[in-house]
Amino acid sequence: MNDEILNVENICKSFSTVEVLHSISFGIRRGEILGIIGENGAGKSTMMKILSGVYELSSGQIFFEGKPVQIDSPQDAKSMGISIIPQEFNLINDLSVYNNVFLGSELLKKNGFLDKTAMKKRTRELLSSLEVEISPDAQIGDLSAAEKQMVEISKAIAFKSRILIMDEPTSVLTSHEINILFNLMRKLKEKGLTIVYISHKLKEVKEICDRVMVLRDGNFVLDEEINKISPEKMAQSMVGRELSQIFPEKIKPEEKIVFEVKNITVPDVINNISFNLKKGEILGLGGLVGAGRTEVSEAIMGIRKISEGEIYINGKNLKIKNPEGAVKAGLSYLSEDRQGSGIITSFSVAHNTTLVSLPAYSDNPAQWIDKPGELETAEKYKNLFNLKTASLQTPLEFLSGGNQQKVSMSKSIDTKPQVLIVDEPTRGIDVSAKQEIYHFIHDLVQNNVSCIFISSEMEELIGMCHRVVVMKDGEVTGTLEDTKITEEEIMLLATGITEEDA
Amino acid sequence: MDAAEGEKNTNIFMRILNAVNWQKNASFIALVFLVILSSFLSPYFLKPQNLINIMRQVSYTGIIALGMTFVIVTAGIDLSVGSVVAFTGSVVILTMNAYLNVYNNEVFAIVIGFLVGLGVGGLAGAFNAVMITRGKIVPFIATLGSMAIFRSLSLFIGNAGEIQSHNELYGSFGMGSFLMIPVPVFFLLGLGFVLNLILNNTRYGRYLSAVGSNQKVALFSAINVNKIKFIAYTLTGVLVGISAILLGSRFNAVSTSNMGLAFELDAIAAVIIGGTVMAGGRGTIWGTIFGALILGVINNMLNMVGVSPYLQGTVKGLVIIAAVYVQKQKQ
Repeated sequence: MNDEILNVENICKSFSTVEVLHSISFGIRRGEILGIIGENGAGKSTMMKILSGVYELSSGQIFFEGKPVQIDSPQDAKSMGISIIPQEFNLINDLSVYNNVFLGSELLKKNGFLDKTAMKKRTRELLSSLEVEISPDAQIGDLSAAEKQMVEISKAIAFKSRILIMDEPTSVLTSHEINILFNLMRKLKEKGLTIVYISHKLKEVKEICDRVMVLRDGNFVLDEEINKISPEKMAQSMVGRELSQIFPEKIKPEEKIVFEVKNITVPDVINNISFNLKKGEILGLGGLVGAGRTEVSEAIMGIRKISEGEIYINGKNLKIKNPEGAVKAGLSYLSEDRQGSGIITSFSVAHNTTLVSLPAYSDNPAQWIDKPGELETAEKYKNLFNLKTASLQTPLEFLSGGNQQKVSMSKSIDTKPQVLIVDEPTRGIDVSAKQEIYHFIHDLVQNNVSCIFISSEMEELIGMCHRVVVMKDGEVTGTLEDTKITEEEIMLLATGITEEDA
Repeated sequence: MDAAEGEKNTNIFMRILNAVNWQKNASFIALVFLVILSSFLSPYFLKPQNLINIMRQVSYTGIIALGMTFVIVTAGIDLSVGSVVAFTGSVVILTMNAYLNVYNNEVFAIVIGFLVGLGVGGLAGAFNAVMITRGKIVPFIATLGSMAIFRSLSLFIGNAGEIQSHNELYGSFGMGSFLMIPVPVFFLLGLGFVLNLILNNTRYGRYLSAVGSNQKVALFSAINVNKIKFIAYTLTGVLVGISAILLGSRFNAVSTSNMGLAFELDAIAAVIIGGTVMAGGRGTIWGTIFGALILGVINNMLNMVGVSPYLQGTVKGLVIIAAVYVQKQKQ
C-alpha cells in the first residue's frame, strides 16, 4: 500500500494493568479525511495521543512513509509533520494570536530577540491562506470558539504539517461555524494535507470524511468507504454488542411520581428540561458528552443557578439554593468526576464515607464527631460493597478506581436520599466492580430510593433503565420506554439524526 | 544475666524508636534536638528563667499562629495579622484611657479593653473573610491589602508614635505569672488545647480539612465552603486581638509603627515548621506550637552564643526553607 502515509501495526496500549488498545493495525492514506468514531472510552483519544507522542505505546510499530519510526514526544511528532488539535484548546488566553501560533518555536533575530515582525507576517499569511479574518495581534481571550479553532489550525499547519489530527473539533462550534470548518478542511485536503477526524457526530462524519473506521473497546470493528455506509450502520457498529448478563432483572416501578423537574433552564447551558421519576424507577439520562446531562444534575443539586422552572419532590415545590438544601430535601448526587468533585483522595475511607452525612454523626451542641459511629458506618459499607482496602483509615489515593467509586457511592447514599442521581457511575472501573454497582443500584430502588442514571454507555442505559430521557445540546430530544430503549434509537436522538436523514 | 538485661534494654529502646512516627512528630523531634544542642552550647539555656522567657516571647506570635494554622488548612493565608495587632492594640489602649477618664475603675477598664480587643480583631478578620468569600479575592492579595490598611490606620490614630496606657493594672496583668508560668503562655497552651480538639474532633475541623483538600469536592458534598472560610479568618482575627491585648500590656504601651511588625512571617513560619501543609488540607495545632518554640529557641541560642542579631533573620529564613524542603520531599 504505497499510498499510505502512516501505518500502524499491532499497537497495544495498557494503563497499569488494563489494556485499552488491543493490537490495532490500520493505515492512513495520503490526502484523505479519515473519520474515526467510537463510544466514549473506546480508545480513540488514546490512539491519537500515541500518534502525537503524548503516550508511549506498550507494543507494536508505527511506520511513517513506509519507514519504521518511534514517536517518543510531541516534538518528535511535530518534526515528522503530525500535529494534533486537541479537544480542549491548547492556547494561552493572555497572549496574542501570533505568539500562540509560534509558541515554543518562536522566530528569533540574529541578536536573540524575538522577531515579532516576521512572526506577525507569517501568521497573517497563514490566516489569509485559511481565508479567515483574524488579526495576528488579537488576544486569544477575545476570540470566539470558532476563531480559536482557526488559530489552532494555523498553529498546526505553520510547520509543514503532513497529518492533522482533529479530536472532536466541532463540539464547541455552532452549525454555521461547523460549515466554515468543513470548507476549510476541504481546502486543506486539496492542498495535500491528510486529516484524521475524530468524532461521534455521525452526520458530520458522513458529510466530511472519505472513509470511516469504528473503534470499539480498543478494537477496530469496521473500516468502510463513506459512501457505502449510513449513519445508522455506523451507530450500530459503534455500540453493537450483545448485552451480557451483568445486569440485574428489571422490576416494574410504582406509578407514584416522587420527583419531577418542570421546564428548568440554566441560561446558555440547558434549556426547558422536563421529566419525572417514579418511585422505585431507574430513569436513564442519555446523550453525548456535552449534551448537558451533568449540568441538569448540577442544576437540580443547587450548584448551578436555575433561571426558570420548578423542581418537585413528592409533589412539593422545592427552592434549592445550594447542595446543602438539596441534600436536606432528600436528593443526592454521585459526581461523574470522581477525583475532581466526588471524593477527597487524601481523606481516609471512613472520612470520605461520612463527608456528606457528617451532621448525622455530630448531632450535638459541640458538633463533636461520633468517631466510633463513623467507623461502624464505614465498616457497614465496606462489607456491603466488598470494598478492598487495607483499613478504614487508608487514604483513598491508595485504592483502585473501582474501590474509590464504591466509597463515593457509600458517601452519596449515607444521607439516606429519596432520589439518587448517579452520573457515569461506572466510568473507568472494571467489569466486576461495574456489576456490583449495578446490583447495588438495583437493590437501592427496591428500598424507597428512586434513581436518575446518567450514562454515556448505551449498554448500561438499556440494561438498567426503565425509561431513558435523551438529551442533545442542552435540550431533551425524546424519551424512550421499555422495548423502545435500543442503542439505535438512543444514538439517533442523541446525534439528532432523524429517520428521514438516514 | 547482665548481657541478657542489656539486650532487653536495647530491644525496648529500639521498640520505642520504631514506635515513634518520625514524619508526624518531626517538629517535636527537631525541638528536642535543638533544646539538647542549646543546653550544650550555653550553660544558661536550661535555667528556668531563660526557658520561661522563651515561652513568653513565642506566645504572642504563637497565639496568632494557631489561627493561621486554621487559615492555612483551608489553603489560605493571612498577611494582615501583624498590622491588625498594632491596630487592635492601639484601639484597646485608647478605649481604656477614655474609660479611665470618666470612671476610675482599672479592673473594669481591662474587661472593656479585652472585649474591645476581641471585637476589633474579630471584625478585622471578618473584613478579610468577606473579601475572600464574597469578593472572591485571592487570600494573599486580600490580606496584603488589609495589611497596608490596618498599619496605616494605626499609624494615623497614634500619629505614628507611641500610645501610652494610663492603666497601671493593665501593665501588671500582661507581665503577671501563674504558677511561675507567664499569662501569655497560659493563653497559648489553653487556646492550643481547645483548637486542637476542634480541628481533630469536630465537624468544623473536618470541614476545614475538606475545604483545604479539595474545595470543589467540599462544595459538592453539601459543605458551606464560604461559612467555613469565614469562621477561620474571623477566628484568626479574634486570636490576633488576644495577642494584641497581651502584647500591649507587656509594655503598657503600643508603638504604632513597630508593634506586630513582621508577625505574619513568624506566624506563617511557625505553622509551616510545625508540619502544616502550605497547600492546605492537613494541619496540626501542636506542631504549630512546636514550630513557634523552635523559632524561639533558635533566637535564644543565637543570642547566647553571641551571633549578631542582624544575622538571626538569615537563620530563621534558612530554617523555614529547610522545613518546606523536607515537606516537599515527603510528598
